Amino acid sequence: MRISRMTAIAAAAVLSLGVAACGGDDGDDTGTGGTTASGIIGKAQGQKKLVIGVKGDQPGLGLQTGTTYEGFDIEIGKILAKGLGVPESGIEWKTTVSANREPFIQQGTVDLVVATYTINDERKTKVNFGGPYYIAGQDLLVPTDSTITGPESLDGKKVCSVSGSTPAKRIQTEYPKAQLQQFDAYSKCVTALAGGQVDAVTTDDIILAGYASQAEYAGKFKVVGKTFSTEPYGIGLKKDDSDGCKKINEILTAAAADGSYKAAWDSTLGKSGKAAPTLDTSKLTNCS
Amino acid sequence: MHVFQDEANLDLYLTGFLWILKLTAASAVIALVLGVLLAAMRVSPIPVLRGFGTAWVNIFRNTPLTLIIFFCYFGLFSTLGLSLSDDLNLNNYWLSVVGLSVYTAAFVCEALRSGINTVPPGQAEAARAVGLTFIQILRIIILPQAGRAVIGPLGSVFIALAKNSTIAGTIGVMESSNAMKELINANGDAVIEIFLVFAGTFVLFLVPTGYFFGWLANRLAVRR
Repeated sequence: MRISRMTAIAAAAVLSLGVAACGGDDGDDTGTGGTTASGIIGKAQGQKKLVIGVKGDQPGLGLQTGTTYEGFDIEIGKILAKGLGVPESGIEWKTTVSANREPFIQQGTVDLVVATYTINDERKTKVNFGGPYYIAGQDLLVPTDSTITGPESLDGKKVCSVSGSTPAKRIQTEYPKAQLQQFDAYSKCVTALAGGQVDAVTTDDIILAGYASQAEYAGKFKVVGKTFSTEPYGIGLKKDDSDGCKKINEILTAAAADGSYKAAWDSTLGKSGKAAPTLDTSKLTNCS
Repeated sequence: MHVFQDEANLDLYLTGFLWILKLTAASAVIALVLGVLLAAMRVSPIPVLRGFGTAWVNIFRNTPLTLIIFFCYFGLFSTLGLSLSDDLNLNNYWLSVVGLSVYTAAFVCEALRSGINTVPPGQAEAARAVGLTFIQILRIIILPQAGRAVIGPLGSVFIALAKNSTIAGTIGVMESSNAMKELINANGDAVIEIFLVFAGTFVLFLVPTGYFFGWLANRLAVRR
């Protein structure tokens, strides 16, 4: 009772603030543009610095070795920083895991998140998304001689994914006949797959391709290649920063046109033999 | 409090703590039995058994529990092929129970050994003088008194065990820390709320547990 009343008061306060802010905006629309300076554009212009949240444990996408990061997400991050006018030395990479991406954005720990971040409606209520810069899909990684041909042939099989992740949840709800092994990192899943304790590892195809192309597993695994979900990877930023979001989409469109997007792919995931995707600019979010 | 009003989320929360309960209960029983055996070994007159007990305590008490549980999966199960159930969840559960038990047994053993020191040596000498064997002395004279002296410390070991059960999550048991991770993953805006509810649940159950052990220790204390 007490809590709900407190919540109501807080909500009312937030609402009235929001209304006040709207009123203020109307007033100085033609002014100095004070609202944009609060977003990533403002920060990039003012401080020439950006904090970008990335994954640190996904080969080909975002992999941390020592203090340096490499991968496709990292290259996308560099393209964005460049487009925003921030030099490469002004980028601070911050390792995020799936569970802390929204809190990091909301609390301002990071300015942007480029970390295999699927755009979905639930997340859209909490953060804003630029992109998608790549459209992935959930797939299966299996040993080269496996008989698994897709999610339908998973009955009774042991499938590994990261605990609490969306791919794990999808297996639980849509393919309940599969036995789900959950670990806290995909690398453990891949170790278990190499040891034969699980029959398949599941997550987005692009992540699996990264593991399959790792030197120590060369020739041992294959990606089944039959995706059973659509995972548009977006760039996460604060909910109210729609100007920043629009700017990101502009940068991505430009990168697709001038070939830097393809170059980013070729220098990272392209090494697995997968051809560079084309960035479909018609699918870019409307940033609302 | 919107997160826990959703039935699926509430279910996840309850399942998480149900696993904690199951892990704690099974491990507590096994660790107690193992701990008593180890304590008996450590005070026994046979050097090999004493050595075994000392080695057990020193190895498991000084290894991080995460490593032990991780080893149970990737060492015992993966490499050595020790499968405890065909069902994946049950297999992981029992592997975790093995890890938690061997770890906690080391602490139970040390607690009991300190209890044995509270029994006056004259009692053992008198028992030996009337012709009781080592096992009999331990079973009839020493351990009952030692056990009653260490109920308080054993309570601490038990509380630690209940919290340590969350580490079973590293090998995929859907215990509370994994449930919490899943909820936070889906509700990034309610991190503090989710955290407080999970932490609060542990406190809510473990504070009375601590008082219970304190009360029991007081009641059963050996008056000398």
